[in-house]
Amino acid sequence: MTGAVGAFLTMGGYAGFVWPAYGIAFAVLGGLALFSWRRYRDSAGAVERLERDLGRRR
Amino acid sequence: MINWLANPARFTRLSAQAMPWCGGAAAVALAVGLFWSLVVAPPDYQQGDTVRIMYVHVPAAWMALSVYLFVAVASAVALVWRHPLADIAARAAAPIGAAFTFVCLVTGSLWGKPMWGAWWVWDARLTSVLILFFLYLGYIALANAFDDPARGGRAGAVLALVGVVNLPIIKFSVDWWNTLHQPASVMRVGGPRIAISMLAPLLIMALGFALLFAVLLMLRMRTALNERKAMALRLNAGARRPARRSGERAVSMHTAAP
Repeated sequence: MTGAVGAFLTMGGYAGFVWPAYGIAFAVLGGLALFSWRRYRDSAGAVERLERDLGRRR
Repeated sequence: MINWLANPARFTRLSAQAMPWCGGAAAVALAVGLFWSLVVAPPDYQQGDTVRIMYVHVPAAWMALSVYLFVAVASAVALVWRHPLADIAARAAAPIGAAFTFVCLVTGSLWGKPMWGAWWVWDARLTSVLILFFLYLGYIALANAFDDPARGGRAGAVLALVGVVNLPIIKFSVDWWNTLHQPASVMRVGGPRIAISMLAPLLIMALGFALLFAVLLMLRMRTALNERKAMALRLNAGARRPARRSGERAVSMHTAAP
């Protein structure tokens, strides 16, 4: 591989270390963000449902 | 300021306004930071392109320490003033800090192998950061180990405060002991000793990580407040329903998680 894109991808021969470092950081922090977001959405949904049900029963 | 903010309703309102701004700023900072780190910044004259790992590793390490300090301060506030929002803040922050510490350890390992010839060495800096990771895990486990959340919060808070002794050990480990790890080059007496072409992307990535922490913290705190509110509503719904038999506990139909 040659050219600027090739140099970018091979990282001067250290592609096996640089890319996994960025990949794992992205996976861990992105995974935490996704997990936190889904748990927030579920909790907000539960509160909304409970408030609606309580209002109906009054 | 903290007292004024420490009102759950006010916190919910303010965080709802702050979260989109913080999230947008985090996305911009991380996008600019990634482009700068991977494309614009020059390779190091000794370490070549492996130096690019620094732009993730060092901000993650800064966050690992800062978030632990945040957990400890929130724990102290929760212990002394018994404010529930402080306990919620400490519990919400700990997994984020653990994630940053894990990223710091893994990226450090991936940087150590090509530069030192080893994935891991048991020297002072690496070992003390590994202990920090275990302190985070210990706090999370302890805070959730009791049926009564208040007791778990207090036990976790004590552990978090005892663990603060590890922070100066991590910071000064590279000065106190002989270590493979290089000494501080940014936060040192006499100013940073790093080229501006590398310092700029490092600081932008650090800003992005800090903003990401702020967004995730607010999101997780609001989740905890929602979950407590849902539990109170369920108890309320259970109390309203007349018990069919004496001795039978009133249980809401909505206890099943969605």
